[in-house]
Amino acid sequence: MANLPALPTLTLIRRRPEGSVLARQSRWSFTRGSAILKPMTQATDFPRIAPLGLEGVLVSFADRLDLAANSAAIAFRAALVSDPPDGVTETSVSLASVLVCCDATATDPDDLIEALHRRAQSADWYAKGLPKERKLWYIPAAFDPEVAPQLIEFASLLGISPAELTARITAAPLRVLTIGFAPGQPYLGALPERLNLPRQTDLTPKVPAGALVCAVRQITLFTAPGPTGWRHIGQTAFRNFQPGSATPFPLTAGDEIRWRPVSTSEIKTLAEDPMGGATHEPAL
Amino acid sequence: MTAHLTITKVGPGATLQDQGRPGQLANGVSRGGAADPLALLEGALLLGQDTAAAAIELATTPITLHTRQHPAIIALSGAPMRSDLAWNATHILPAETQVSLHPGREGIYSYLHIAGGFLTDPILGSRATHLKAGLGQPLQSGDYLRYDPKAKATADLVLKATTPDQTAPIRILPSVQTALFAEAERARFEAATFTPDPRSTRSALRLSHDDKGFEASGQLDILSEATLPGDIQITGDGTAYVLMPDCQTTGGYPRIAAVIPSDLPRLVQTPPGAPVTFRFISRAEALSLHRAEMTRRKALSKQISPRLRDPRDIADLLSYQLISGITAGREEP
Repeated sequence: MANLPALPTLTLIRRRPEGSVLARQSRWSFTRGSAILKPMTQATDFPRIAPLGLEGVLVSFADRLDLAANSAAIAFRAALVSDPPDGVTETSVSLASVLVCCDATATDPDDLIEALHRRAQSADWYAKGLPKERKLWYIPAAFDPEVAPQLIEFASLLGISPAELTARITAAPLRVLTIGFAPGQPYLGALPERLNLPRQTDLTPKVPAGALVCAVRQITLFTAPGPTGWRHIGQTAFRNFQPGSATPFPLTAGDEIRWRPVSTSEIKTLAEDPMGGATHEPAL
Repeated sequence: MTAHLTITKVGPGATLQDQGRPGQLANGVSRGGAADPLALLEGALLLGQDTAAAAIELATTPITLHTRQHPAIIALSGAPMRSDLAWNATHILPAETQVSLHPGREGIYSYLHIAGGFLTDPILGSRATHLKAGLGQPLQSGDYLRYDPKAKATADLVLKATTPDQTAPIRILPSVQTALFAEAERARFEAATFTPDPRSTRSALRLSHDDKGFEASGQLDILSEATLPGDIQITGDGTAYVLMPDCQTTGGYPRIAAVIPSDLPRLVQTPPGAPVTFRFISRAEALSLHRAEMTRRKALSKQISPRLRDPRDIADLLSYQLISGITAGREEP
């Protein structure tokens, strides 16, 4: 069987097809035990809790990229991990939502939905703050056209110099918003609006593992070599997935990463170290 | 002590699979595992072993393999393949024996199980190949697969396999973006007859149909969020994809529905060209169907019995020693 074109995983802003009409403004919810859809009158009803298939529940804190909503999702998931409602088998966090799974042979998923409603109302998750055990990482990265072939293009599209782009990207830590796309692969953000560029229309055929790529106010660090619609503007020797290690996935949603600019030759000498010269300390 | 089988010849689409890696979604790794978990279970039950044992999954691809200095007891399940060996049954392969399996007409995913399971080094607690996540490699000609020749199992057992009604609609539940599709669009989805596209993979089953694509009419700026196998995504050109075990953990396409877990094995085994229709059901009905199916699976081992062989079907009849010894007069085995 031939390979499908890769489905984009991270779609922040999707253009509406020409001529389509925004027909509905109201939100909808599913009533217990039925497939009937009922409109809800509230314009904003976050956190929003909806079934995802039979055994999944999605708890959403926003419908667009928002650091407060991401914090809320990370805090909500951390609370579920430390004190799971009955029947929870697995949880994960996306940019602004939390997936909660159960085993429907043992648990009625609608009971889980009710428990999650109670949990969602039990605190102001947006104000909760990020969990305490987070790490602040310092990861060496080379911002040099030799290993970052789209750095110059990215900077010129923004109308700034490559040096200024590098300075802005390395100026402050970025949050690991979520892990996805490939094992341990972090999505980091949000970059200032000034650095906002959409995806490129063509795919870059192949970036190496450890590639630092950027689009839509986010950076991701590639776990494995592959094509991307984002621009390759930096290179690290960091491995997001270290099979066989005691901690195969070094990064967790909520961690912060600050890039430590180094030379291309230093990145090359770090290639033997799966951590790529990275260090970490507790995040404050 | 371990023994090994040699894969002398194999086409593309052959991987080692088990139950996959539950619990890794937060690390960006979807569960993966056998595309047809029911067939994986059936093979494990035939060999009387844990469903965690790894088996060869063949997605309409041929394979020829050889035992070496040790015999092996194997089971065959899932989509029936053309071979000298009966399907949904266990067999003893004597030492230095060759087995060839060729894709049949029914189904997509076939499984070759071995007593004790194939013994590769697990990654994150599983031997399942997950190509999308970069875990493991497809099986290739010349590969050796280790197994435990002392693992206990009984040859010549047969399972009265599940034969689902392939023409019945696949039952679906509303998903998180179902309401973004106008009622008429949802009705059109339920009325449509699809067929699996041959370009389908272990990540997504692509559905083709003759009419125009499906379009969400509500808010389309969907922030990337968690996805699960069974979710039916509608891509930008209106094509429906059912997510499969190796799907990505997140996605931004609107989902019109989700296939109920108990109907997924039937859907993934539908070959290109065969019709697929969908019908929305209530969550209460889905839950009761799911529980009934799980109860049925628990009792599946009762469907296993010794295989009564008709001498006319035994190709190598003359190689059996038929007249020596004295029997106790009981029926076989």
